Amino acid sequence: MNEVLLEVDGLTVEYLSQTGSVKACADVSFTLHRGQILGVAGESGSGKSTLITALTRLQRPPAVTSAGRLVYHSSDGDKVDLLTLSERQLRAYRWSELAIVLQSAMDCLNPVMRLGDQFEDVLRYHDPQLTQRQAWERAEELVAMVGIGSDRLRSYPHELSGGMRQRSLIALALACDPDLIVMDEPTTAVDVVMQRQILAQLLQLQDRLGFAVVFVTHDLSLLLELADQIAIMYGGRIVELGSAREIYTAPKHPYTRGLRDSFPPLHGELTTMRGIPGSPPDLRTPPSGCAFHPRCADRLDACDQQIPLLRPVGRNDVACLLYEETP
Amino acid sequence: MTFWAALTFNFLIPRFMPGDPAATMLRRIQQLTGQAPTPDQIRSVRLFFGGARENLPAQYLHYLNDLVHFRFGLSLSEYPTPVSDLIAQALPWTLLLVGTTTIIAWIVGTALGAYMGWKPGSRFDAIFAPTTTFLHAIPTFWLSLVALWAFAFQLGWFPVSGAYDPDVPYQINNLWFLLSILKYGALPALTLIFIGFNGWLFTMRNVMVTTVSEDYVLLAKAKGLPTWRVLFKYAARNALLPNVTGLALAIGGILGGVLLTEVVFTYPGLGHRLYRATVDHDFPVMQTIFLLITLTVLIANLIADSIYVLLDPRTRDEA
Amino acid sequence: MLNGFLRNSKVRIGLGVFAAFLLLALLGPWFVSAVMHTTPRTIDYDALGQPPSAKHLLGTTLPGSDVLAQVIVGARGSVFVGITSAVLATVIAALVGVPSGFLGGRLDHGLTAFTNLFLTLPSFALTLIIAGYVQGAAWWVIALIIAAFEWPGGARTLRSQTMSLRGRDFTVAMRMLGESKTRLVFAEVMPHMTGIVSAMFLRACVAGVFAEAALSFLGIGTTGSVSWGTIISEAQGQSAILNGLWWWFVPPGLCIALLGTATALVNFGIDEISNPRLSAANRKLMKRFRRAARTAEPEVAR
Ligand SMILES: Nc1ncnc2c1ncn2[C@@H]1O[C@H](COP(=O)(O)OP(=O)(O)O)[C@@H](O)[C@H]1O
Ligand SMILES: [Mg+2]
Repeated sequence: MNEVLLEVDGLTVEYLSQTGSVKACADVSFTLHRGQILGVAGESGSGKSTLITALTRLQRPPAVTSAGRLVYHSSDGDKVDLLTLSERQLRAYRWSELAIVLQSAMDCLNPVMRLGDQFEDVLRYHDPQLTQRQAWERAEELVAMVGIGSDRLRSYPHELSGGMRQRSLIALALACDPDLIVMDEPTTAVDVVMQRQILAQLLQLQDRLGFAVVFVTHDLSLLLELADQIAIMYGGRIVELGSAREIYTAPKHPYTRGLRDSFPPLHGELTTMRGIPGSPPDLRTPPSGCAFHPRCADRLDACDQQIPLLRPVGRNDVACLLYEETP
Repeated sequence: MTFWAALTFNFLIPRFMPGDPAATMLRRIQQLTGQAPTPDQIRSVRLFFGGARENLPAQYLHYLNDLVHFRFGLSLSEYPTPVSDLIAQALPWTLLLVGTTTIIAWIVGTALGAYMGWKPGSRFDAIFAPTTTFLHAIPTFWLSLVALWAFAFQLGWFPVSGAYDPDVPYQINNLWFLLSILKYGALPALTLIFIGFNGWLFTMRNVMVTTVSEDYVLLAKAKGLPTWRVLFKYAARNALLPNVTGLALAIGGILGGVLLTEVVFTYPGLGHRLYRATVDHDFPVMQTIFLLITLTVLIANLIADSIYVLLDPRTRDEA
Repeated sequence: MLNGFLRNSKVRIGLGVFAAFLLLALLGPWFVSAVMHTTPRTIDYDALGQPPSAKHLLGTTLPGSDVLAQVIVGARGSVFVGITSAVLATVIAALVGVPSGFLGGRLDHGLTAFTNLFLTLPSFALTLIIAGYVQGAAWWVIALIIAAFEWPGGARTLRSQTMSLRGRDFTVAMRMLGESKTRLVFAEVMPHMTGIVSAMFLRACVAGVFAEAALSFLGIGTTGSVSWGTIISEAQGQSAILNGLWWWFVPPGLCIALLGTATALVNFGIDEISNPRLSAANRKLMKRFRRAARTAEPEVAR
């Protein structure tokens, strides 16, 4: 459990445009251990999807990873910075070590291929010895894990319900037994009942297979039940990082507090709910200093000048000037 | 439905011509052949323009009945050769030319377009995009003229007219005859392909640019599949669907281009026949060719539609 | 909206070329007689079928006419037929497409069936047949025939556009206020379609020029007047190819191609505006992006 799997260090992603660049991820650092679930929460536009695609080196133009390291620790002890690999070298890591579940399940399956074929091609590419028949058997096993009947493998994506598509994407991510699965809002497209069911299955599978997860969502309450560690993102930066329990019981950053209070807990009694006044920053013209300062109730004088760095405060890491002055 | 409309058009057009077209026509036949038309000829011309004996609905039924029995009448300029004979000679050549050039142009254009759309902004893309725009705007018949002048007359690489070597026995199982078809057909075919592929290239490129940013293509890349497989099985496979629909819509226009090209190269197909018939005012031939073209377009539509259904599973359930 | 279009360089170039040809069509005959002091039919007996020279910039035809003069005057013949047919085709397309999309119901069904029928008919062959019957017609008859088979594509586009506009908030609001349907169409729906209609018009224009050229080439176009198609047709008829008089048939074809390219440019420009991924500016950006990606990686590796 304490073996390191992925070290992210100073990851910065920019969107280039004619008028300049937008830093959608700035100086993001964290360490993920084997079998751990890291939740990433933040309002929409805070750079969560950008982070996910950068972690898997799937960012599309005009996004560019302009700085940072992504050190991946293989199970045989090798360490490699994913950012330095060529596309060809990277292919050895894709899916067999590092799989992804994307935000829009509806559009993630090739509409003109049968579901089973979309399993088969990745299975057989990563294990050329596999016969077609074995690949289909494996695919049957995989979809069975998420509660989909094997007859569904013969269906085309448009013949599947939204929940089925979402679950088959999770099954697909498991296909090559990866050590890390990154998931970008995997449950936003399905209803609440389906959402609970999928998450329960995911936890069960994770328990059994031991992969690590980076789970991105705008819904903090989900993470409180699911994640070991939680990172809170705001304006492209991690503003607080800590265990799920700490984030819930003792949030330090004013934004984390606001975020926690704006979601009702899934279990337990409903307390007063408060939203955060104001709206997320436009990253094309980011506020100076701490990106949150225009909305922050506990703002200090220096907040609009100095960008706070992530540093340990209690058991969490927090990026806020409130805690820098009284160390 | 369309075919019925075409039939009706065919029926109505000669009957609504102003003046006395039959008389004009007979005069022209006389000028053309230098002899007075025979009574038989006069009768067939009168009949063609409706005559005076029957009312319109009765004529219409008569006309449909003839068509059902494949009676297309007699040619006026090459009287009394049946129209069906003239057309039977011409049809295979046109089908050969249209079929091969359309398929090759479609494949070439779609493949190049897929490649350009895969990496928009590449040097290949930057050079090809404006060239294609220009090529696409060239009238086919004019390029045929230029090609004929340059490659057949100036350089002498290709024969200047015809579809086969007249000195070789006209036998389909004779290898030399087949080779001569290839030699004679090469220049018209190349011209048609050269113009034809550009349209496919452009639509394919633009659809591909959009398809490449679809999530399923991203996921295919995340799966670690080799680039060519992502390109073909995921991106291009989806992007070519509009080009299949396009094929059905374009086939009428393509036929138009082929007809003109045949005229330039004196290629003995329907276009050449139609041209001769128009010049000679041979209306029965013109009309039958028009019907045939409509039929060809409809059949091509049907084929394109069924290919589409084969390629896109989403349309299968609706049917 | 129009301003947005004009900011695109492709649209500007395309429209520029188009305007130049329009000017040529309007002023060409005057220019030929007043400045060049000749007519397209004037015969120079000293120069029969001569290649381009200082005296005849584009050479002469076999019977000794100046090719440049013919091409300039021919612009009028071609462009006028093109524009007339485009006006007619656009009007028919609007008359069929807009009510069909706006009113819906049984009328829509009928009009759509009608449009689809014309859409699948092989229009060129049909044009040819009809033009064949009325051989030697005046240029506006030719334009009319061409227009009769050119409108269906436009009608379909206009129908779907109208349908989407009808659903928008402002039209719904206006309808609630009790505006009459006719007023609504002219005051609210039509102005929003100027972009599409003008693109359609341009395309129809070039299609008309193409069709006229093809018909003239087959010798069944207009009689008497000169157009690019008749020049090519004459060249073909008088064995220009056999005699190697390329300067006779190359220029008119190039003019047609140039006009076609201009329209294509305008259309691509409009495509780029509606789908930014296709734009040339984006292409430049992609280049910058690749450069950035290349330099970023080694720096990251440290
Ligand atoms: N294609 C793009 N071009 C330019 N900027 C973008 C693009 N996509 C995202 N961004 C910027 O990146 C920020 C973060 O986007 P994203 O990662 O999708 O956020 P999230 O997933 O948290 O909602 C957005 O606020 C936006 O400013
Ligand atoms: Mg997102």
